[in-house]
Amino acid sequence: MAEAKTMQHPQIQSYWKELNCGFEQVAEVFEECMAEALASLSKEGVQAYVENARFLGKMGHGVEPILIFLEEWPAAAEAVGEPALPAIMDCIRRMWKSPNGKAIAPFLQSLAAAARRLRSPEQMRDYLDVVLDFMDRTTSSIHGFHTTIPSPGLPEFFRQVPYLLSQLAVQGLKNWTEYGIRNYHDHPDRQRDYFSLQSADSRAVLQRERHGTLLVDNERKLDLYLRGLWRESDHFVPYSLGFDELRKPVPYFDKLGIRLPDVYDDIAVAASGSGSGARLAPLPQGEGSGEGGRFPEGEIVISGLDRYRAVLAHIVGHKRWTEAVFADNLSPFQRMAVELLEDSRVEHLAMRQYPGLRRVFQALHPAPAEDACDPAAESAIRHRLAMLSRAILDPHHPYANLDIIEFAKRFHALMEQGDSSTREMVDLAVAFGARTRRQSDQLAKIHFKDTVVDYRDDNRQMWKFIEEGDEEEAFDQKRKIELAEELRGLPPRRYPEWDYTSQTYRPDWVSVYEALHPTGDAADIDRLLARNAALAKRLKRLLDLLKPQDKVRIRYQEEGSELDLDVALRSLIDFKGGATPDPRINMSHKTNGRDIAVMLLLDLSESLNQKVAGSAQTVLELSQEAVSLLAWAVDKLGDPFAIGGFHSNTRHDVRYLHIKGYSEQWDDQVKARLAAMEAAYSTRMGAAMRHAAHYLEKRQADKKLMLILTDGEPADVDAKDGRLLIEDAQRAVRELDGKGIYTFCINLDPKADEYVGDIFGKQYAVIDNIQRLPEQLTQLFLTLTK
Amino acid sequence: MTEQYKIHNEPFYQVQGNEVALYAVAYAARLPVMVKGPTGCGKSRFIEYMAWKLGRPLITVACNEDMTASDLVGRYLLDANGTRWLDGPLTTAARIGAICYLDEIVEARQDTTVVIHPLTDHRRTLPLDKKGELLAAHPDFQLVISYNPGYQNLMKDLKQSTKQRFTAFEFDYPDAVLETGIVATETGMDAEISAKLVKVGAAARNLKGHGLDEGISTRLLVYAATLIKGGVEPRDACRMALVRPITDDADIRDTLDHAIDAVFA
Repeated sequence: MAEAKTMQHPQIQSYWKELNCGFEQVAEVFEECMAEALASLSKEGVQAYVENARFLGKMGHGVEPILIFLEEWPAAAEAVGEPALPAIMDCIRRMWKSPNGKAIAPFLQSLAAAARRLRSPEQMRDYLDVVLDFMDRTTSSIHGFHTTIPSPGLPEFFRQVPYLLSQLAVQGLKNWTEYGIRNYHDHPDRQRDYFSLQSADSRAVLQRERHGTLLVDNERKLDLYLRGLWRESDHFVPYSLGFDELRKPVPYFDKLGIRLPDVYDDIAVAASGSGSGARLAPLPQGEGSGEGGRFPEGEIVISGLDRYRAVLAHIVGHKRWTEAVFADNLSPFQRMAVELLEDSRVEHLAMRQYPGLRRVFQALHPAPAEDACDPAAESAIRHRLAMLSRAILDPHHPYANLDIIEFAKRFHALMEQGDSSTREMVDLAVAFGARTRRQSDQLAKIHFKDTVVDYRDDNRQMWKFIEEGDEEEAFDQKRKIELAEELRGLPPRRYPEWDYTSQTYRPDWVSVYEALHPTGDAADIDRLLARNAALAKRLKRLLDLLKPQDKVRIRYQEEGSELDLDVALRSLIDFKGGATPDPRINMSHKTNGRDIAVMLLLDLSESLNQKVAGSAQTVLELSQEAVSLLAWAVDKLGDPFAIGGFHSNTRHDVRYLHIKGYSEQWDDQVKARLAAMEAAYSTRMGAAMRHAAHYLEKRQADKKLMLILTDGEPADVDAKDGRLLIEDAQRAVRELDGKGIYTFCINLDPKADEYVGDIFGKQYAVIDNIQRLPEQLTQLFLTLTK
Repeated sequence: MTEQYKIHNEPFYQVQGNEVALYAVAYAARLPVMVKGPTGCGKSRFIEYMAWKLGRPLITVACNEDMTASDLVGRYLLDANGTRWLDGPLTTAARIGAICYLDEIVEARQDTTVVIHPLTDHRRTLPLDKKGELLAAHPDFQLVISYNPGYQNLMKDLKQSTKQRFTAFEFDYPDAVLETGIVATETGMDAEISAKLVKVGAAARNLKGHGLDEGISTRLLVYAATLIKGGVEPRDACRMALVRPITDDADIRDTLDHAIDAVFA
């Protein structure tokens, strides 16, 4: 037993006895922890605190759990309330009974941070549900043993929880973990990567679930904003605020575009004018951020979109009015002052054009309290400059400092004479620096609170340098230009895939590589067609019947080719009755061309190599024959027509083979590609359909038809759940439907009825007698488009 | 007959350059005139103003897809005693020596536009084949057409043979100062608010081709000013008169709404 004599207070001593703990480390901190607990917890709360600590100490997982609990709980209890404790302890007991004992310490470690984010016991309960669900589903057992393998991702997860909760609401966290569990529950290494935010899709899903205004969703609006209000256009390059914890990147612009954060939350600011400038927590945490009315009265809400607009307005201001000045003769502090005044100047000019910007700028600009910084103890340089900037921006600023007031006045006096210039700002800044300089500015401890204006860029473009750098070794730093690897084929296009279990898209899940189909001998196809000459002749008759059926009657013509009896009689009656008759009593005809764009998508998976029952031909050969005949027929009809083939080898390698494009004629080159058709790999249908659709979508046609010729259900080697790709294909059909593309499946699998209806609804035909495919395919097409 | 087409009060027209003098000379030589430009920029107002200035009657025909040649030239009507010929607006104008203004000529069917050909070259005649009359145009007759090239549609363009019979004016929205003056004079709105309206208009015109087919016209700016004059709050008036009519695109609507907020702070 550790020395109880160190416990001064008799009450604490009795608690120590109760705790009955033998760890020396605990004894060292116990008194302080108890003091905090006694101050913040209720009497019952303290009792529960000690009891539960005792349990954690006796649990057999070393000193850490009890130590962390003692330190963290009082703070956590303050955030979520004491009644949350039993649920938390339940959770810990369950971890203890499972093989996941090692996760208890990280769990407790993250508890206070999580509690601060979650704030309410209900949210805490939801969070614990997520944790328990996670644990149950990732704790695996090997056959014959009893749950022996702890969850590999759980400790990693707890390490990330404070960050995750700062980015996600509980529902978002649930979705994010759900995704990881579902996809990596059987793969410990990847699971660990996912939950430690190492893997790419982990970050991508996180991005999707974030709250706030995402740049990607609003690029067009911001582009329109730049064009409409500022007559500018530029690229937006997002950067993430999520992964640089130490130093947050700042917006900036250069030749390559404007860099903006990938997400901005809505922000609530105390109504200005009072000048108190108390900025509130910019964290509309919880379900559905940004709904009006959630923020208390007397606050202005600046939407994420408006924050982006503020950044853009500021940057455009620099582009328009800032001229680069030499930096070499200015000290770092002077530069800071110059940058700040120049920022104020461009904003002033921007507000002159659009006075409405003032509301946003004023709300986003911090208002440091005048007495917030003690110049004797810390460097007040930033504080002073921020006050000056605020004073310039806000005419009702509360500052009493005479220098600040004087320089704000001098700034406005300059601006009244016109646009002023960067040079004049330099002079003003140097004067301000000289007037307000203090010895303490040099102190290492700089006052930062309320001095960061987050919509301003980093001003890198306003400086030019006489000397590039003073490092001597700068000579031999010849940049090597690395030759990029030569591209073979087109770069991949990425498509999402539908995950039916969670009803979400997996972002950028499938990579589709498009390439030209290799060529063979075009004469083969001609031979195939010759063999089917009889069939072709019959089809030709059908085609001829189809072709001229496109006359449209135009009625109500004053001059036309025929009398329209109905209208003529009506006119005559009018005339006899004494009313003015309608002279438009003729009609004429107009030919209305077929306007159908067709895409034929061929499944080229391995299964096509099977022989057709009762025939020497393989399915592939029959398909080849059928496609040739169809292509010939469509060409005769004159409809725009494209052919593509696809197969896949996992989601990373879906190949889309270009056989015929819309602009290509049905000529030897296309025939040669058809002749070289080969079958291999698997069928990832959804991605291929999405890729083919992006061509079809761009066609100008009244009707768009995608024919899919396949011999089996969608499947791929990396999709263990057979349902997954079927559901994805069904989703793809619905997407295409939304784009005005009619899909139709021609299936050669006799067992297709089990799934093809799920995918294509009623838009499919199963061809049982594959030997008749060539004939049936073309006829199907003709009936479809009649 | 002539009197009803006369314009008695001076229409307000803000001169933008030397177009008035140019038109006067073209009229003196009775050259056919084409006015081009985006919708609502003042084409029709200009013609009206010139007709008033030159003291000529003005017959305006708004062209549409269903318009046939006889709608322009005239037709036989049936009445109790048999048939009666009724002149169309073009024929009337050629008889009385008016300025005939065919508004949005591209909207009319192509065969219709051909009937104006003999009137627009040295012949200055209009054959009325149904009536068996060859009408020689009155010496004061002039033909004016308007044409909005913004529609850039393959189906709706003038034939070269039609285009090459006209002299042309290109109109555009006036610059900010002039436009402010126009809005102010038309509605009696004060210059400050007029200038702000013009600024909103400029923002929308920058978006032409990026989701907007046409920017906000001067006409709409005048409507907005009229609404404000009628007591509507400026932002609401702008939304109602400037934004909602021209777009259904949510992104553009948001951007323009923001522009209104930024201008009317």
